[in-house]
Amino acid sequence: MTDTLHRALVADLRESNIIELPQGGATALRVPLPYFVRSAEVMKTAGARLAAEWGVDETPFGNGFAVWAAYNLGTEYLLVTAALDAAKPAFGTLTGQYLAAFRFERQIMSLMGLTVKGHPDPRPWIKHEDWPQDAYPLRKTCDASAPMPRVEGTYQWIPAVGEGVFEIPVGPVHAGIIEPGHFRFQAVGEKILNLEARLGYVHKGIEKRFESLSWQDAAKLAGRVSGDTTVAHALAYAMAVESAAGCAVPPRAQWLRGLLLERERMANHLADLAALCNDVAFAFGYYQFWNLRETMLRMNKTLFGHRLLMDAIVPGGVSVDLAEGAKEDIALEIHGVIAEFKRLMEIYDDNASLKDRLYGSGVFPQSAAFDLGVVGIAARASGQGLDARLQNPFPPYDTVVPKMHVLHSGDAHSRGWVRVEEVRDGARLIAEILAGMPTGATSAPLTAPAAGSAGFSAVEGWRGEILCWVQAGPDGGINRCMVRDPSAVNWLALEQSIKQDMVPDFPLVNKSFNNSYSGNDL
Amino acid sequence: MLRILRQIFRTGIVTEPLPPEEEAKIELVGARLEESVKRVFAGSLTIRQVDAGSCNACELEIHALNNSIYNCERFGITFTASPRFADMLLVTGPVSVNMAIALKRTYDAMPPPKLVVAVGDCGYNGGIFGKSYASLGGVANVIPVDAYIHGCPPSPSVLLSGILEAVGARRLSIGK
Ligand code: SF4
Repeated sequence: MTDTLHRALVADLRESNIIELPQGGATALRVPLPYFVRSAEVMKTAGARLAAEWGVDETPFGNGFAVWAAYNLGTEYLLVTAALDAAKPAFGTLTGQYLAAFRFERQIMSLMGLTVKGHPDPRPWIKHEDWPQDAYPLRKTCDASAPMPRVEGTYQWIPAVGEGVFEIPVGPVHAGIIEPGHFRFQAVGEKILNLEARLGYVHKGIEKRFESLSWQDAAKLAGRVSGDTTVAHALAYAMAVESAAGCAVPPRAQWLRGLLLERERMANHLADLAALCNDVAFAFGYYQFWNLRETMLRMNKTLFGHRLLMDAIVPGGVSVDLAEGAKEDIALEIHGVIAEFKRLMEIYDDNASLKDRLYGSGVFPQSAAFDLGVVGIAARASGQGLDARLQNPFPPYDTVVPKMHVLHSGDAHSRGWVRVEEVRDGARLIAEILAGMPTGATSAPLTAPAAGSAGFSAVEGWRGEILCWVQAGPDGGINRCMVRDPSAVNWLALEQSIKQDMVPDFPLVNKSFNNSYSGNDL
Repeated sequence: MLRILRQIFRTGIVTEPLPPEEEAKIELVGARLEESVKRVFAGSLTIRQVDAGSCNACELEIHALNNSIYNCERFGITFTASPRFADMLLVTGPVSVNMAIALKRTYDAMPPPKLVVAVGDCGYNGGIFGKSYASLGGVANVIPVDAYIHGCPPSPSVLLSGILEAVGARRLSIGK
């Protein structure tokens, strides 16, 4: 891990203004509140990305509130926090430095009730208009188990006016078997002028729920933040807890985690390629890619007891192991999948109607990708060299190194093609992980994190970087568990990429991002 | 084009090249479902699926019913976009506070007999998300439910069995 950001901050704010906090998984620095915005300026100048921003209710410690920001540059993750007043918690917005702060801060205002001074768009986010205004579920004073009364209210859409401009409201219930959300298109004829997404429909109070669960049970919840990414989310949570507790995970468990993570990535990429084919009415590709996914899910069930690998990752290690002959089974399975995949890709790559729809649709420019701080597939398809497996290379990724595929055109095709390359690379990674699989225990006993300790982790799920931050309260339980799904930043990318397109291309472009609603809404 | 045809022939019919016990399960389900669907819904069962707050894994498995392996269409089961055409509402997730109204409206928009099947442990009682300021718990807390399909998530073959059970139950009550 490098410490460029850490040094830049110390040089600018001076040592005496910075307190290093006990923190696993990353360095955490507390700065006086007036320096919180300044620290963002320093980070911006140093070239860092704002990866997450969140509020914490620290009243159980006898303090007020706190605001936290996570920055990333290369292999360094730096957390910066400032303490806020208990009665009137407020801080200055980071939107002047980072566009990504836009939604993070709307969420902080809506759910934690902190005032963000200077924020350009204080409309509630996730919190719908029929919630009582003073409902701040993430505050300790809020009893999460009590039902919430509904009140009257309206949501202010950003209006578009002009001759021939009309609006198309879509959702929350969509046409297919997909998650709910609302999209408001403003269009002239077929051309989209603006798209505003409004999410939060599947908000089920996950972050608050964490606080009522034991460290062990919470792993199950983490595995259901976004069900299609159960391995990566459970892993991010487990690693955050382990880093807070100082728990050393046995090498075999780490490598098994890598194996599961790569299997999840391949299976989801195959489903997405199927879905892309479906959305351009190429039914052949849809059924063929889906067969390959099904093959992998069945092997998961046979070897690890669950088609999607839920609850395979537990704090301290894994709950599964490779049985006798499992390595050979996987090798054979992957060999078969890749042989089919190769044949399918010749067809996919040579299909005029696919090309016609995918190339040039939903272009997400590289500059926007950088400014918005998007992650994962969407970032790599738009020229950003981001992959948390390289930024936070925990074993096995320190020895089995993923190949990062960065494309530059930022269209639906590139987002599809990043997945293609990652399916291929996934097969290699799985083979290498199996070959290097250490022997020994598959889990270590987890000692609960000490009161006041905190842990951070970054894991590259199949969509992109997942961040998790946990903090133990004075009673040793979970005081706060912050989860940042890649979708929390990548939804902004969808809005920006659709502006030049026609309305009928929206489903395809949306699918090429395939953001999670559940992971975003929490 | 030739390559596509060649691949189609190479693939053959993959519908249920399953391990024997899985195959039996689906076949059984399929045959009975076909029969009851024919009787109750004149050969076709049209489903409107609504995610009322799920983690999205239930959706993945429901989606799999459409693939060539589970191939639910051979039993006359299709998914529809409009609740107006739907015989059955297949609901996943704990019902979130923010989805309750949309779920209720979808249900209201359906023509009778409005068969409702709640999917997954969440649809049953809220699952791991429970009941809270943001979650109303199981589907029955918002609309009447005819059947539950348990699991987290239920596998595609379990989903097919559950749909059958629901249709069978409905047939009995209609027969009365
Ligand atoms: S039952 Fe399980 S898989 Fe289905 S929505 Fe609930 S948590 Fe997700």
